[in-house]
Amino acid sequence: MNWKRSIIALLASAPVLALFAFGFTRNPAEIPSPLPGRPAPPFTLAVLTAGEGSHARTPGDTIRLSELAGKVVVVNFWASWCLPCRTEHNALSEAARYYSDKPTQFIGVLYNDSPSAGVRWIGELGGMSYPAVTDVESRTAIDYGLYGVPETFIIDPAGRVAHKHLGPITGDVLRRVIDSVLVSSGVADSVVAGAG
Amino acid sequence: MTGTIAHSALLVSVGVLALGVILTPVAVRSGRREWLQLVYGAAYTNFLLVTIATVAMVYALVTHDFSVSYVAAVGSRSTPLLFTIISLWGALEGSILFWAWVLAMYAAAVVWLHSRKPGNLIPYATMTILAVAAFFAILLVGPADPFRPVFPVPADGPGPNTLLQNHILMAVHPPLLYLGYVGMTVPFAFAIGAIVSNEATSNEWTLLSRRWMLASWGFLTAAIIAGMWWSYEVLGWGGYWAWDPVENASFLPWLTATAYLHSVMVQERRNMLRLWTLNLCVATFVLTILGTFLTRSGILSSVHAFTTGSIGYYFLGLIAVVLAATLVLVAGHSDRIRTPGKLGGAASRETVFLLNNLFLTAVMLTVLIGTLYPLIAEAIRGVKVSVGEPFFNRMTIPAMVALIFLMGVGPSLPWGSTTWADARKRLAPPLAGALIMAVIAIAVGTRSIYALLAFTFVGYAAMGNLREYWVGMRARRRAHGESWPTALTRLVRGNRRRYGGYVAHIGILFVAVGVTASSAFRTEREATLLPGETLTVSGKTVRLKGVWGREEPQRSVIGATLDVLGKDGAVTGTLEPRMNFYRVSDQPVPTPDVKSSIKGDLYVNLMAFEANGANATIKVIVEPLVPWIWFGGLVIVIGSIIGMFHSGRRAVPVRKAPASAPSDPPETAPEDEIVEALT
Amino acid sequence: MRRRAAFFAVLAVAALLAGASGAQTTTGTSAPGRSSVSTDSALEARTSAVAATLRCPVCQGESIQDSPSELAQQMRAVVRERLRAGESPEEIKAYFASRYGEWILLEPKMTGLNIVLYILPVVLVIGGLILVVALVRKWTRPV
Repeated sequence: MNWKRSIIALLASAPVLALFAFGFTRNPAEIPSPLPGRPAPPFTLAVLTAGEGSHARTPGDTIRLSELAGKVVVVNFWASWCLPCRTEHNALSEAARYYSDKPTQFIGVLYNDSPSAGVRWIGELGGMSYPAVTDVESRTAIDYGLYGVPETFIIDPAGRVAHKHLGPITGDVLRRVIDSVLVSSGVADSVVAGAG
Repeated sequence: MTGTIAHSALLVSVGVLALGVILTPVAVRSGRREWLQLVYGAAYTNFLLVTIATVAMVYALVTHDFSVSYVAAVGSRSTPLLFTIISLWGALEGSILFWAWVLAMYAAAVVWLHSRKPGNLIPYATMTILAVAAFFAILLVGPADPFRPVFPVPADGPGPNTLLQNHILMAVHPPLLYLGYVGMTVPFAFAIGAIVSNEATSNEWTLLSRRWMLASWGFLTAAIIAGMWWSYEVLGWGGYWAWDPVENASFLPWLTATAYLHSVMVQERRNMLRLWTLNLCVATFVLTILGTFLTRSGILSSVHAFTTGSIGYYFLGLIAVVLAATLVLVAGHSDRIRTPGKLGGAASRETVFLLNNLFLTAVMLTVLIGTLYPLIAEAIRGVKVSVGEPFFNRMTIPAMVALIFLMGVGPSLPWGSTTWADARKRLAPPLAGALIMAVIAIAVGTRSIYALLAFTFVGYAAMGNLREYWVGMRARRRAHGESWPTALTRLVRGNRRRYGGYVAHIGILFVAVGVTASSAFRTEREATLLPGETLTVSGKTVRLKGVWGREEPQRSVIGATLDVLGKDGAVTGTLEPRMNFYRVSDQPVPTPDVKSSIKGDLYVNLMAFEANGANATIKVIVEPLVPWIWFGGLVIVIGSIIGMFHSGRRAVPVRKAPASAPSDPPETAPEDEIVEALT
Repeated sequence: MRRRAAFFAVLAVAALLAGASGAQTTTGTSAPGRSSVSTDSALEARTSAVAATLRCPVCQGESIQDSPSELAQQMRAVVRERLRAGESPEEIKAYFASRYGEWILLEPKMTGLNIVLYILPVVLVIGGLILVVALVRKWTRPV
């Protein structure tokens, strides 16, 4: 019984087992995005529903990212067929209202859905306090590296992606990120001068 | 009630198996061999107990007993009966139960067939199988318990995964897969038994092991082909192999098993490559456990992945134990197992088999590392990468094309050795086949170099293998004056292993042609049609007749009816691709429709439709020669069946074969002469 | 002599087949203006080639060429547009990788650690061939 060879063989198998053990600490479905820290991809999107207060836009108009320089932009991708989108809806609407006096703009981008279904969904859930926009052929979704809904991007006033959130977002996360972006970009104290 | 009976049976089986495992070394060491009867009895009892549990599960599924946790998870009153029965293996816990049952069956079969043999090989082999069975039994009463009571009892369940309810092949592929996969435990058990009982250098365990490996290999081949067929008919993209991690997991042991089936012949004739052959046998089993670990642990994303839980940790534990035990045993005894090697000459079948093993092992390692690489890259670089079809195709196709060529060389060369001049004479005739195929391939438009090589080598190997039959039959006719059919039957019966093997080769060649043609010449088009409009792809035309819908208990079905038009515009067939909207899922499952012929398939998938049925978007794919893949699978299985039922006489070590002119018959192995003397 | 005649007969048949079958094309007729793919078969072929190397983000390992999902089809449209605009396949792959990460590429970039992944199979085959040659020579050495 050649013990020396046995030990060597055993040691050779250790890295393989370690690799598998490592595999358990990882989630293969979680893909990190390369966007945070980089300039946010520009978009031009048509407004579907108006929203309220300082976030409001006229349906039929377009929103361009370039127009939103100097504001914290929250871009949320959603769809009426997406169940988790329902759970985050209230958090987003409330956060939008909460930050309406700060230089922020919330936008809800409808993903692979019919506009009528989107409008109906908004109505069912009691309204969206920020504009919903349509994304033709998902060009913007692809530009943002979307691989499911809901996903939320928070863009700082300098136009860089500060944060990407996978899955339904909560009020806590929204407040934490938006507050830190506002502070670090020095626009925390400026107040938006009423609805546009 | 059903659940309690089944769960109790499984609990008892844990005890029975533990008893069998512990009792074996005790019985052998102490010399009380009558206790071995208890060990064998444990194998039979375990089979009985697991059968009770399995029957109970099927009963619970069919009677919609939602108080049983597994039924509550996959059962539904609206699922058709057939799919209810086969949901036994459709989700995690049920599949583990099914694995345990197949393993119990194999254990009982091994004991039934071999327990009368003297020596310690069978006891220790049985012990090994029982130990593996014990692992699964522990899973079944613990983390993977399918019989947990559910309270309050729900009125109905969600039904099986919607992808698994669409096609009859779901009744075929998993059982074949388990018969193959689980069956590879048996040769492994013989290998371990041989080492532990100090019989690793004898040929007895090799003979036994080989036949069980051939049977498992046959099942696994059939399972892989059936899985490809299922994927082709259900998933809607017109492909049959995506290098998905779990597909790869079934391919890896197939590769090492194929290598084993060849190297074991060198071991028998030359008494060399012992350690290597043993390693292949052991590696095959380890790869099956690895495969099942990858499916059930969730560490790799895959279409096949079962829902995860703590069960992955248990499988990691099993891999660790299996790897450790086998590495210690094999490495520790390697000195004794190894035998000195001596070849008669370079121009021999043995050399070809060495090359065959090289390429098979290279493909296996490439696929293994490619499959695990996303994990490796994440561990080392911290980045998520994908390793998909383009990579695997690029890196494995050259080796696989080389293997096709070798399939033609091996049968033409003799065992032992021969001169290079003689080898050249033997290897020349199949070149005609190669040339014919090359010409045909170029004539139909093959441009890719690998496709051209593949076709050429298929021609070479086909002619090489068929020629072996012809030469053998011709020799018999000359020697005995037999008619062609008699010559064929007697030839095959005289050496089933060899001629069964050539049949399997021919089956592989059919598969190779089907795969090469459908990859190189596939054409597709997608279009939105109004009723009455046509779409033409590569000379095949379909016309949309209409869009329809119907309700079924578990799903809504939307379909499009298409006429297939012949050259003159007459209707030559109908195709009805469908989309199935299951109530429990928001993702529709497409069911493409396929019109098959010897020349290939016309494949139609329904991509989208207007809600009022005004139009339909269809994708039409023309896939040449795809049915040759399924047919080839059948031929391979026939070959393995022929090769399995041989007389069991082991091949006699070869003397140096005399150099022979092409018109002489190839060397008649000594056993042929024995047969001729006896008939 | 007979063998040679048979051989040429086969050649002749093959030549006939070649004439009859014609080249494989992907042109097709469909309702004008309603086709969801372009009728430029060369562009389509190039789109398929690039699409086959990009992973569908919402599927399990399929390429956007094979996946029937809406997002995959939309990504194919992006590929087609960029090809038409003159971008190279490398540039298109780099674009998707800059948005989705390296993960979107079905064949890992040949940089850094990934090189090992590509070299290893080649090393295995070449090294194995050398090994087999060495073994055969060792085992056939006259004693």
